Amino acid sequence: MKPMDLTAAELGRAIKEKQTTAMEAMQAVFEVIGKREESLNCYVTVDREAAFQRAEEVQKRIDRGELTGPLAGVPVAVKDNLCTKGMRTTCSSRILGNFVPSYTAEAVVKLEEAGAVIIGKTNMDEFAMGSTTETSAFGPTRNPWNEAYVPGGSSGGSAAAVAAGECFMALGSDTGGSIRQPASFCGIVGMKPTYGTVSRYGLIAYGSSLDQIGPLCRDVTDCAAMLEVISSHDAKDSTSIAREDTDFTAALTGDTAGLRIGIPRAYFAEGLAPAVRERVLAAAEVLRERGAIVEEFDLDLVQYAIPAYYTIASAEASSNLERFDGIKYGYRSGETEGLHKMYKKTRSEGFGEEVKRRIMLGSFVLSSGYYDAYYLKALRVKALIRQAFDAAFSAFDLILGPAAPTTAPLLGESLQDPIKMYLGDIYTVAVNLAGLPGITVPCGLDNTGLPVGMQLIGNCFEEKKLLRAAFAYEKARGAFAACREEA
Amino acid sequence: MGKEKQYETVIGLEVHVELATRTKIFCGCSTAFGGEPNTHTCPVCTGMPGSLPVLNEKVLEYAVSVGLATGCEITRYCKFDRKNYFYPDNPQNYQISQLYLPICRNGSVEIETKDGTKQVGIHEIHMEEDAGKLIHDEWEGCTLVDYNRSGVPLIEIVSEPDMRNAEEVIAYLEKLRLIIQYLGASDCKLQEGSMRADVNLSVREAGEAYGTRTEMKNLNSFRAITRAIAGERERQIDLLEAGEAVIQETRRWDDERGCSYAMRSKEDAQDYRYFPDPDLTPVRISEAWLAERKAALPEFQTEKKIRYREEYQIPDYDIEILTGSRQMAELFEKTTALCGEPKKVSNWLMGEAMRLLKERGLDPEDIRITPSNLAELIAMTNRREINGAAAKEVFEAMFDTDVDPARYAQEKGLLMTHDTDALTRAVKQVLKDNPKSVEDYRGGKEKAIGFLVGQTMKAMHGKADPALINGMLRELLSGEAKFDA
Repeated sequence: MKPMDLTAAELGRAIKEKQTTAMEAMQAVFEVIGKREESLNCYVTVDREAAFQRAEEVQKRIDRGELTGPLAGVPVAVKDNLCTKGMRTTCSSRILGNFVPSYTAEAVVKLEEAGAVIIGKTNMDEFAMGSTTETSAFGPTRNPWNEAYVPGGSSGGSAAAVAAGECFMALGSDTGGSIRQPASFCGIVGMKPTYGTVSRYGLIAYGSSLDQIGPLCRDVTDCAAMLEVISSHDAKDSTSIAREDTDFTAALTGDTAGLRIGIPRAYFAEGLAPAVRERVLAAAEVLRERGAIVEEFDLDLVQYAIPAYYTIASAEASSNLERFDGIKYGYRSGETEGLHKMYKKTRSEGFGEEVKRRIMLGSFVLSSGYYDAYYLKALRVKALIRQAFDAAFSAFDLILGPAAPTTAPLLGESLQDPIKMYLGDIYTVAVNLAGLPGITVPCGLDNTGLPVGMQLIGNCFEEKKLLRAAFAYEKARGAFAACREEA
Repeated sequence: MGKEKQYETVIGLEVHVELATRTKIFCGCSTAFGGEPNTHTCPVCTGMPGSLPVLNEKVLEYAVSVGLATGCEITRYCKFDRKNYFYPDNPQNYQISQLYLPICRNGSVEIETKDGTKQVGIHEIHMEEDAGKLIHDEWEGCTLVDYNRSGVPLIEIVSEPDMRNAEEVIAYLEKLRLIIQYLGASDCKLQEGSMRADVNLSVREAGEAYGTRTEMKNLNSFRAITRAIAGERERQIDLLEAGEAVIQETRRWDDERGCSYAMRSKEDAQDYRYFPDPDLTPVRISEAWLAERKAALPEFQTEKKIRYREEYQIPDYDIEILTGSRQMAELFEKTTALCGEPKKVSNWLMGEAMRLLKERGLDPEDIRITPSNLAELIAMTNRREINGAAAKEVFEAMFDTDVDPARYAQEKGLLMTHDTDALTRAVKQVLKDNPKSVEDYRGGKEKAIGFLVGQTMKAMHGKADPALINGMLRELLSGEAKFDA
C-alpha cells in the first residue's frame, strides 16, 4: 500500500489497522519533499530528524493503545505563524528569522495530543499579509499544479504542501481569506471556522479580531477530523468560545435535501473570471440536483467589505507588530546608535514592503484626528455587514460563491499593484468581518488546468451545515485530479 | 515692585495605585516584590509573539470597589484600549489601559480642610498594566530590562481640578489611601511606589479662567508633593509676572535639588493611537455582581467613628487614631469584643503600639498582634499576674513576633511572685538597708516611698506587684518600729 494515495483519515485508519506505520507515512512525505521541495518551497523549516523521532514515539504510543484518534501518526505541516516550542517560528519575516518560541500554540498542542506528527513550518506571506505567498522573506512558494503560478496566500505554503503531498494536512490561518483562497488555488479543501472556535493562543497576530486558525486538507472528511481536534475552549484566549457541537465528523451525512442555499448576485458580477463563474455555478447546480434549494439574492454592502477589512486589519496589525523592536527577540540591526535609531533601523530592515505598507496604513487610520473618520467608520461598516449576513441567514442556510475572482495568478504578477491584489479578497474578507465560518472545495479546473474553488459560507457556529453540504458536493463531484499524481 | 496680584493655584491629581492582587492583571504570574529579575514572567507579560491577555477578575473587583467607595458611576459595559508607544520597559510597545470606556466615572471624596469639609471630584478611575523596569548598568555601559513588574495591575484615579493648595492635596491623598487600604485593594505606600501621584497644576488670577497647566511626575512622598506644589506655583507665577507664557508640559521633580525640569512638551507629545484591544472581550457588569460588590464593602472610617462614639467610651482623639487604619480598628474591635475593656485596649494601641510603630518605622497596616493575644495580656494584668513594666516587655515581643503572652512571660520569668514570705523578707531588708529613706518618709517626704518600692522591685527581680509592695511599706512605716540589723 502507498500511504501517499490515502487521505489523512484513511492513513490514520491504516496505521491503526497496522497496514502501515507513522514512520512509513513520514518516509513517503519525505520522498515527495525530496522530489519537489526545492522548486516548490512549501516550508520555511523542516526538521527531518525530529519528525522521524516524533513519528517513532507516536507509533509506540499507538501500539500501546494510548493514541486511538483518527489523526494518530498522520504527518502534518504547521503555518509558520504558529508558535512551536524549540522550533524556529518566523512568520516568513526577517525580523523573526532567528526566533525560537518558548511555548507551543494551543492549536498545535491539540494536534500533538491527537498524535499528529509535525513535519515542519510552512511558508507564508510575511506576517500573513499578502495573497500570493510572494511577500515571504524566504522566497515565494510555487503552485504545485503549475510552478509558474502562485499558490495563493497567505497560507500558500500549507496549501501547496497539502496539494503536492509534502504533508497529509496542514494548519493555516485566515484573516481575510488566507486559508480559503490558497486552498482554492491549490485544489484542496480549506476551512475558516467561526471566530473563537480555535484558540488563537500562540498564533502570531495579524488582525486579532479577524484571525482564525483552520485546516487545509485533501478532502472534506479530513477537514472535519482536523477541525474536531483543534477546536477547543481555551482559558488563555479571551475570545475563545466554549462550544459543545464540535463532533464535526458527525455532520458528514451526505444529506442536502431541503438545504436552502443563497447565491449573492454581486458575487457573480463584473470582475469574475468566466471559467470560475462557470465552475462555481455548475457546483451549485450539483447541490440543487441533490435536493438543495438554490436561489439568487442580493447581499448588501459587499462593496464596502474590502476598505473596511483593510482599515481594521491594518490598524490592528500596526499595533500587533510593535513588539518586534529588536529588544527582546528576533532581528536587531547591527549598527545601532541610541534607542530610537535602533528601533527605526531594525524595523526598516526587518520588515518587508507589504508589511511596512500596512503598518503605515494602520498607524494612519488610528492616528489622532483620523480615528473617527477611518477606524471607527470601518467598525460601523463591520457591524452593518454582520447585519446584512444576519438578514441573509434568516432566508438561507448557506451562501455559495467563488473563493476568488480568478484562478492562481502567475508568479510576479501581483505585487506591483497592491490595490488589485487587495481587490482579489472580495469574496473572502466579509466572512472574517462577520466572524462567520467558510469552506472552499475544489470544483474544477480552468482552461490552463488550474483549480477553481467553490466557497460555502455559514452562519456563526454552523460549521456542521457547511461540512454537510461540502461533503455532499464532494461525493457527487467524485475524485478530484490530484496534482501530486502528475508530479 | 508694583501691586501684588492674587494668584489662585488650581490642582488636579492623577493617582496610580498598585492593586494588591496575588497575580498580574493579564496572566498568572506573581506580583510579589523582590524576585530575581525576570523570574515572575511568562510569554504574556514579556510580550512574546502569539501570547494573549486574559483579565484577572480580582482587578475588576478592586477597581469597582474603589469606585463604589468614592461614589462613582460604574460603567456596565467597559473596554480595554491599547496605548501605543515604543519603550523597552513596555514589552508589547503598547500598554493595555482604558481610554474610551473607563470602569468608573463621576465620583467624589470628602476631605477636611481648615475651612470645613470639601468635595473633590473624581473624573474617572481606569484599570491598566504597569511596565517593567529598566536597569542601567553603568559598568557594562548597557541597559537591562526586568519584566517582573510588567503586568502588575494598576488603577489610575483622575481627580477634577478641585484642589487649591498642598494641604487639600495631602488631605485628598490621605483620604484616598484610607479608603483603598480599608478595601484591602492596595497598601498605598508612596515611598515604595504602590501609590504614585502626578500633580497637574496651573495658576490663575482670582476669578479668571483656568491657566495653562503642567504635569509634575516623580513625587515619592507627601513632603515632595508639598514642595513641588510650592515650587511649581512660584515658577508659573514668575513666568506670568515676567510676561511669559506657561508651557503645557510634563516636568520631573528632583527632590534632592528641590526643583523640576521639563521632560516633554505638548508639541512633541506622542500620538498614542488608542484603540480598543481586540484581544480582550468587553467587560459586562451585571446587577447581581455589582450588588455583591456593594454588599462586600467594609465599614469605612466615617461610619466607624460614629459607631465608636456610641459603642465605646473612649476619647475622640483615640477614635481618630484607631480608625485611621483598618488593621488597627479591627484589632481594637476584636480585642474589645474578647475582653470587654475598650479603654484598656485603646491605651495599649494608642500608647505602646504607636510608639513601637514609630520606633520600627512601620505603618499601622503592618501591625501583626492577634486580638486573642492582646486580650490575654490585658487579662493577665487584670489578674495581677504581671506588672506594668513586664507587660510592656511582653507587648513588645508580641508586636515583633506575635508571641503567646502567657507562655512568653512564663519562659522569660516575667510573672509576678505570689510568695508573700519572700516579699515580706525583701521589704524588711530594704527598710533595714535604707534608714535614710525611712527617716525621710517619716519626716513627711512622700517621695521617698517610691525609692523604697523601686529597691524592693529590684530585690524581687521585677517579679512583684509594685502596688502590693507600696501597701506593705506604708503599713510597716506607719508604726514606730526600727529596722536596724
